Amino acid sequence: MDQSSDAIVRIRGLTFRRGERYIFNDVSFDIPRGQITAVMGPSGTGKTTLLRLIGGQIRPDAGTIEVDGANIPDLNRRELFDIRERMGMLFQSGALFSDLSVFENVAFPLRVHTRLPEDMIRDLVQIKLQSVGLRGAVKLMPSELSGGMARRVALARAIALDPDIMMYDEPFTGQDPIAMGVLVKLIKSLNRALGHSSIVVSHDIQETLSIADYIYLIADAEVVAHGTPHDLLAEESPKVKQFMQGLPDGPVPFHYPADDYLSSLLDPEVRR
Amino acid sequence: MIDQVQRLGHETLSVLASLGRSGIFLLQSLWAWPNLRTGFPLLMKQLHSVGVLSLVIIVVSGLFIGMVLSLQGYTILVDYGSEQAVGQMVALSLVRELSPVVTALLFAGRAGSALTAEIGLMKATEQLSSMEMIGVDPLRRIVSPRFWAGFYSLPLLSMIFSVVGVWGGVLVGVEWLGIYEGSFWANMQAAVDFREDVVNGVIKAIAFGFVVTWIAVFQGYDCVPTSEGISKATTKTVVYASLAILGLDFLLTALMFGDF
Repeated sequence: MDQSSDAIVRIRGLTFRRGERYIFNDVSFDIPRGQITAVMGPSGTGKTTLLRLIGGQIRPDAGTIEVDGANIPDLNRRELFDIRERMGMLFQSGALFSDLSVFENVAFPLRVHTRLPEDMIRDLVQIKLQSVGLRGAVKLMPSELSGGMARRVALARAIALDPDIMMYDEPFTGQDPIAMGVLVKLIKSLNRALGHSSIVVSHDIQETLSIADYIYLIADAEVVAHGTPHDLLAEESPKVKQFMQGLPDGPVPFHYPADDYLSSLLDPEVRR
Repeated sequence: MIDQVQRLGHETLSVLASLGRSGIFLLQSLWAWPNLRTGFPLLMKQLHSVGVLSLVIIVVSGLFIGMVLSLQGYTILVDYGSEQAVGQMVALSLVRELSPVVTALLFAGRAGSALTAEIGLMKATEQLSSMEMIGVDPLRRIVSPRFWAGFYSLPLLSMIFSVVGVWGGVLVGVEWLGIYEGSFWANMQAAVDFREDVVNGVIKAIAFGFVVTWIAVFQGYDCVPTSEGISKATTKTVVYASLAILGLDFLLTALMFGDF
């Protein structure tokens, strides 16, 4: 792992279990500073769990997660809330506060964490909304927004405090092609303009490949491959190939494990 | 047999775990009392939605229960020629029992279920998570104002219930059935003791307010974040809260009025 010299997030020996099942088994990797890092993998491999671990919303069973030198699992409640002010997260659903208008949603982090005068908050909200192209929607309620617009407002809210780390949880899922194109452009341009480090969790291959500087591919509770988009496309291992090319059958089987098909059709015992 | 024992053990453990979680949750929410600048407007907003908006159902129910009490009391007492005691009967049964209990039951159905559904839906739509990630404690911002709003509202609503109920009793007893107004009020004034009856009734309402709101916010916060989970949690709020109110009422009544 070559970027360890300047990593903003440093994960070592991370182990996390749900019941008996390992979501992560002794996983180590680094998120480089100032770049867009993508974490990819099939559904259910714990990509969202990884973001929650970094955000300290859940605790790992073992291992360390260092964000700028602070080990997240060691922090107490107060310290966690402090360090989260430096993280922005875009949730899959947008997660806008449904009782607040677009303006109040974007102003929310500013109001709770700063004591800026009202006219300055108004200017900042306008700047953030302008950067996602929704300054005109400032008076709308979240219920009046389309899915793509809601996600852009949520993005404006997430960058309101100019975080050092931006985390995107499946930003492209369920978006129409235009909204998807807008989000791809936004993630890239915001990363360059604001100079933060981005972590994009996704399984949309084309969109992710087009913006990521570095990619980690997760499957079966471990990192199965990592490298630049170019490296991963050239990768020969069947697991990586199946995922990157979207093949229906391969190391990840099409069928969920089951009894023998013929005997289950014929055998009356199994049928019951 | 072994299976059943195992299931019983499992159920008991999960009930105990849930009780423990709710206890820790309660302490954390009480500890997370927001500061005055941000907390006061939030509390006001919740007092409006939890308390003020429950007024209509409380006033209407109070009025009808007072009227029914008066009517029933009259038909029985008139046989003994003591219909003047209707005032005393209406006031005592309202202040001691019906106001706190019925108000709390209605409150659990009207406001408690709404609190559970609201917090549960916030959890399901990741609003609570996103609040955490913005660096704001949802216990402080969401749960605490709602808890205190319920705690303050219920005793006030219960007092309003009593007043409206007595008025309903007057409407039926005095205005309609023609009980002599002077003896109606005089009997009531002589029989109702401020410390013994009114204060004890308010203490009951305070206890119910605490328990109902605790159950409601905990069920919302602890629910499985799916549509099925939220509907289950809402049902649980109404069922658990109702049972808790009735059980607690017996206990408090025995403590307050049980020394013969």
